[in-house]
Amino acid sequence: MSTKTITNPQVTSPPGQTRNIETFYYDNQIVRAFFIATAIWGMAGFLVGLIVALQMVIPTLTEGISFLSYGRLRPLHTNAAIFAFVGNGIFMGVYYSLPRLLKTPMWNRSFSWVHFWGWQLIILSALISLPLGYTTGKEYAELEWPIDILITLVWVVFGVNMFMTILKRRERHLYVAIWFYIATWVTVAVLHIVNSLEMPVSFMKSYSVYAGVQDALVQWWYGHNAVAFFLTTPYLGLMYYFIPKAAGRPVYSYRLSIIHFWALIFIYIWAGPHHLLYTSLPDWAQSLGMVFSLMLIAPSWGGMLNGLFTLRGAWDKVRNEPELKFLVVAVTAYGMATLEGPLLSIKSVNAITHFTDWTIGHVHVGTLGWNGFMTFGIFYWLVPRLWRTKLWSKPLANAHFWVGTLGIIFYCVPLYIAGWTQAMMWKDFDEGGFLVYKTFLETVVQILPMYWMRALGGTLYITGAVLMVINLIKTTRHGSFLGAERAEAFALAKVYKKEHNEYWHRWIERRPIQLLLLATVLILIGGIAEFVPTFMVESNVPKIAAVQPYSPLELQGRDIYIREGCYTCHSQMIRPFRSETERYGPYSKSGEFVYDHPFQWGSKRTGPDLAREGTLKLKKSNYWHFQHFMDPRTMEAQSIMPAYSWLLTNRLDVNSTPAKIRVMQRLGVPYAEGYDEVAIEDLTKQAKEIADDIRKELTQMKADPSMVVEDSEVIALIAYLQRLGVDATEGEISSSQ
Amino acid sequence: MTAIFLLIGFSLLLAGGFLFAFFWAVKDGQYEDDFTPAVRILYDKSERNDSTQQGNP
Repeated sequence: MSTKTITNPQVTSPPGQTRNIETFYYDNQIVRAFFIATAIWGMAGFLVGLIVALQMVIPTLTEGISFLSYGRLRPLHTNAAIFAFVGNGIFMGVYYSLPRLLKTPMWNRSFSWVHFWGWQLIILSALISLPLGYTTGKEYAELEWPIDILITLVWVVFGVNMFMTILKRRERHLYVAIWFYIATWVTVAVLHIVNSLEMPVSFMKSYSVYAGVQDALVQWWYGHNAVAFFLTTPYLGLMYYFIPKAAGRPVYSYRLSIIHFWALIFIYIWAGPHHLLYTSLPDWAQSLGMVFSLMLIAPSWGGMLNGLFTLRGAWDKVRNEPELKFLVVAVTAYGMATLEGPLLSIKSVNAITHFTDWTIGHVHVGTLGWNGFMTFGIFYWLVPRLWRTKLWSKPLANAHFWVGTLGIIFYCVPLYIAGWTQAMMWKDFDEGGFLVYKTFLETVVQILPMYWMRALGGTLYITGAVLMVINLIKTTRHGSFLGAERAEAFALAKVYKKEHNEYWHRWIERRPIQLLLLATVLILIGGIAEFVPTFMVESNVPKIAAVQPYSPLELQGRDIYIREGCYTCHSQMIRPFRSETERYGPYSKSGEFVYDHPFQWGSKRTGPDLAREGTLKLKKSNYWHFQHFMDPRTMEAQSIMPAYSWLLTNRLDVNSTPAKIRVMQRLGVPYAEGYDEVAIEDLTKQAKEIADDIRKELTQMKADPSMVVEDSEVIALIAYLQRLGVDATEGEISSSQ
Repeated sequence: MTAIFLLIGFSLLLAGGFLFAFFWAVKDGQYEDDFTPAVRILYDKSERNDSTQQGNP
């Protein structure tokens, strides 16, 4: 075929210049790979979610199996849902839409495949390491340092591939979806690196370089922006591509989409502190987070309305096309979650909802509704196109839609009720000024029926997803997959503007992407070099003289606390409300946490707060804890805490102690010089004291004292729990006398 | 609370980067036309076919 030269009338090229039409091929194979990965990991993530939901009501479900315990599976569930399901969903959508929007194939096929297999390798290492208890103890950033490095590398591969594709584009205009992809890449890169700064102790064990309140702030700056820039902005990009495509009409207002994008990304980054309202974080930072969170309503709803209005005059299609039904509910869920989020960020609302199941309900409107249904909608639209056929069964897809929607309702509504009920019970005082519900457990037992309903909701949601998998497999069987899709477009004409004569200004203007990348790298290097040493030497958090570093045994116990994911159910943060100080003791101060690498404040109270567990009226005997870990229901008949029987027999890795002490010293924890050499001695001594104490009590009760193993992990964990709150509380009492 | 200044610094730099990108987009004429881009994405067929449909050579 001879190349015929055609002048494109729409593009203003210099007079006399003509442009050739070029033929190229879109790579559908990488899209298919990401699609399959999204579907498989999605199902896995949902299933683990259902298991942890059932563990809340049947605490003995996986009794005695350490790697299937709630505290280890819950991080697996969140990581699978966010990074495996939504992550692969993002890449599926980007690898399909970006080339088509830019009229060019992805820049480098090998990069695409390195990205794909690299990401699956990350997920696989999470799947293995999290149940085995390798965790940093920071929510949604639990993966240990070697995996963090792998994530960074794979992310860079993705970025290079994406930005090179943008540079090689045949369409000068960057459609709004692409802006969302760019913002996602840049911000996630910065967030991941800043929050994952940790000092390795050994392979698969590290301590966060930040401590206490600083660690909390960095973590939630990351945590909230992970929601913003991993679960939201990329999916908004997908919304702006796939809804117009599925509806067959342009987005309602392109101008609004541009305003939506810029307003959203400028506001989102400041909202993180709303996760730390009423904690020891400085008050002005809390207010900053709250104000920006409230401002977010405007751009979020702008985006939601833009998505829904795109369907104006096309609602008949919504009736007929299952994919549009999913997309409509997804956008609606986005609207609900982004109204609810700012409301939950108001301090007086947060005082009620924080630490309750309301938060869990809120995030699942986002993940099940927005991310899940958006992904399903895209699946139903994309798969028939990739396989060049029709969807196997529309009725089945409609069934999925209704079952899934019911699933979301049955999931979220009971949790709203549970959250509200429990918060009211926590705060209930009688006429004499005493707590009405004195034991925490009473408030848990009250909401167990809601937990059952939630498990039902999850089951419905998974049932719907199974219907979808069947439908999509059948669809692919009937079609024929097109690996390389032929396309044609004009080459991009070089446009030279002659406005300025300043050479550098023009040079900068013409290289926005290189500069954006360069700036990011510079920001990171500069920032790390400038700030990190200040953390290690001295932090200006007000210190409390009585607060001393953990003993070696307590430090080891703390690592077991982190490993078992205790923070997924227990907070260590008493807020300054009478209902909390009455129940747990004096409210938490930032100076108490200066040696906590990482912080363990938690974000949800399925069990009571533990910040003062070792002191005042909460203090229990060593024996009580021992028995409670062996079988919580022997101490509290209705408890829903799982048993941790393996801690009684697992031997503590005593030999790791000197290395841990040395790393802590490097992070600025004031252990005496050379303490690492005598640490094991101190550890053994303290362990013997605790073990003897438990044995004594067992003997008195005519039980067998030989089941207490001196160097078992449970002894270290008990030592840690008995230390919680002791320094600050007892220091405060002695200084006030 | 050094971490606050670290995070404000990073947040400002990110915001500054995005601001730079925004100015670039405006100066580049990315937003001169807020109608065509929304419609264009609906057509995946080659530009040759599109122009044929419009009656152009």
